[in-house]
Amino acid sequence: MDWIQSLRIGAAEELLSTVGIALLVGSAWGQGRRDARAITWVAVLTLVAAAVITAPALWHGVRGAEALAFNGLLSGDAFAAFAKLLIYVAAAASLLVAPAFFEKYRAMRSEYPVLVLFAVLGMGIMVSATNLLTLYVGLELNSLAAYVLAAFLKPDERSAEAGLKYFVLGALASGILLFGMSLTYGFTGTIGFAGISATLTGHASMGALFGLVFVLSGLAFKISAVPFHMWTPDVYEGAPTPVTTFFASAPKVAALALTMRVALEAFGTQAAAWQQIISFVALASIVVGALGAIGQRKLKRLLAYSSINNVGFILVGLASATQQGAAAMLVYLTIYVPMTIGGFVAILMLKDDQGNQLEDMADIAGLSRTRPMLALGLGSIMFSMAGIPFFFGFWGKFVVFQSAVNAGMVWLATLAAMASVIGAYYYLKVLKVMYFDDPANRVTGRSDMVHEWLLASCAVFVSPLGYLVTKGLTALTMTAAGVLFPLA
Amino acid sequence: MIQTLAFYLFATLVVASGAITILARNPVHSVLWLIVAFFNGAGLMVLVGAEFIAMLLVIVYVGAVAVLFLFVVMMLDIDFAELRSGFVKNFPLGFALALVLLTELILGVGAYRAGAMKLGTPDGTAATGLGTSNIEAIGALLYSRYLFLFEASGIILLVAMIGAIVLTHRERKDSRGQNISQQVRRRPQDATRNMSPGVGQGVEL
Repeated sequence: MDWIQSLRIGAAEELLSTVGIALLVGSAWGQGRRDARAITWVAVLTLVAAAVITAPALWHGVRGAEALAFNGLLSGDAFAAFAKLLIYVAAAASLLVAPAFFEKYRAMRSEYPVLVLFAVLGMGIMVSATNLLTLYVGLELNSLAAYVLAAFLKPDERSAEAGLKYFVLGALASGILLFGMSLTYGFTGTIGFAGISATLTGHASMGALFGLVFVLSGLAFKISAVPFHMWTPDVYEGAPTPVTTFFASAPKVAALALTMRVALEAFGTQAAAWQQIISFVALASIVVGALGAIGQRKLKRLLAYSSINNVGFILVGLASATQQGAAAMLVYLTIYVPMTIGGFVAILMLKDDQGNQLEDMADIAGLSRTRPMLALGLGSIMFSMAGIPFFFGFWGKFVVFQSAVNAGMVWLATLAAMASVIGAYYYLKVLKVMYFDDPANRVTGRSDMVHEWLLASCAVFVSPLGYLVTKGLTALTMTAAGVLFPLA
Repeated sequence: MIQTLAFYLFATLVVASGAITILARNPVHSVLWLIVAFFNGAGLMVLVGAEFIAMLLVIVYVGAVAVLFLFVVMMLDIDFAELRSGFVKNFPLGFALALVLLTELILGVGAYRAGAMKLGTPDGTAATGLGTSNIEAIGALLYSRYLFLFEASGIILLVAMIGAIVLTHRERKDSRGQNISQQVRRRPQDATRNMSPGVGQGVEL
């Protein structure tokens, strides 16, 4: 393997790690808040540059042997490129919203953008993984940075609690994942995804199936799918809101893309074995996410349950185990990322006149009369999340259900569609509180310009205007998903 | 023959001490059983001819766990008087454990001398050059084939370090930092004085 070629394929990762280390050194000198802001902007520009480097691989539909780098440890194919672009966008958004939030608590430090960059590096390695070792190294890099970010707001006790909870449960999940990986290695004799799928043909042995179940359980924790979702509401509520924005978007994309790779590439020949598991997890996530959200008073907890719910819908695409299903998942993810970022940015914009953050459902009562534009933006996102037709969120649910129906899983699509009605209830409740309740007049603080722009662009993307991109999006997702199906 | 015997001894003890680690009520005992488990794991590594990994297990894990053990003792609310009162009673058990470890050491070295165990069929990808030691073989793979993962692991450690500092470091107003220019500017004549006090007169400062 040619080193120059490898370095070229891994260019985005090298850029991120180099800039991350350089910014870390730079942050040792700059301690003021202006320096932290400057470092944040440099980090955002780095992400943009990394996206520019990554995009051609998706554009040209790179796949197979020409995408492999570093002795086949890393694959810079179109699928990885697609996931990475989503990750970069999500990470850049959560960097942009951070300074205004942390400065209120005098907690904006330049380590925040550095840690986000390293987390993004880990996620890039995750989605490019071609074997279990790369998978694990990427996952741990991402998780370690995430644990620290969750506890970043030191004056806040809830933040520390979120960090500790996430760390302990995350370590447990890593253990489960490692156990599954070592079983898989033991029973197949290889750590490469291609090798595993070549070995596991026909009737798989009990040990290999155990390995598969444990690996999927570990990954289910990372994507917060039921029954491994318990940490999500607590961590999302306790972590500082910009960090929650990050958690709900970028790592979700990375872990879901990784789950797709593991399920379709490594265990692709054993699809029948994991289809039942994924179907169950998908349905359970949809139902638990919807039911759990109903009683919530805190907006962040509500969005946490909503993200569990959304993961369920995305997994419906995986359950169909077809190229169309994988493409549908990517479409859903592309819509989900702006949706969830918009939701959390809207929460970030809820401030009282002292600039304190408001997080209760009661605070947004009658928001349509006091802050009509904010209410419109949040309303558009809620409509889209509920999957009301002609909002872009509907398209995501539609393609996912379509792939399940085409794969002969009509029952799954039907049950998921029925459960989505439960979910619609609490999204519409937010709208009812904003538009029909008596104004509480609590949201009086000024919001940051960056927040306004981000919310506006997210709201426009998830509005019916989003349908303008469907044609290009379908083509790109089919190219990306095709990578996972070498024979098709 | 001796390898098979040693394998079953080590394997049984790993499983048994692992089980006791989670079953023991006293956390200090748990840590001690964990050390026994690591020790036996190292024995298994010796049996398959991976003596470097065995040494790593003993040095890193047992060494690090011994430190962890200290932390556990410092942080938990343990009544040491009560612990010591059981010393005589527990002495036979402790002695037996020590004896087992010693026997294992001798057996392990004996088995290692008798040649490595053959496990499964090598597929050729993991084969190393003849006559190279463990360390050379690992190094040759680590810095060529798995270089990318090696570097990525380095970044993981860096992130862990940043995390530890971010979470625990705070600006202290009362700490007295070092002012290097002030230190360098200071001359001997400002700081020292030659005195010749007479007997019984004392010194004027």
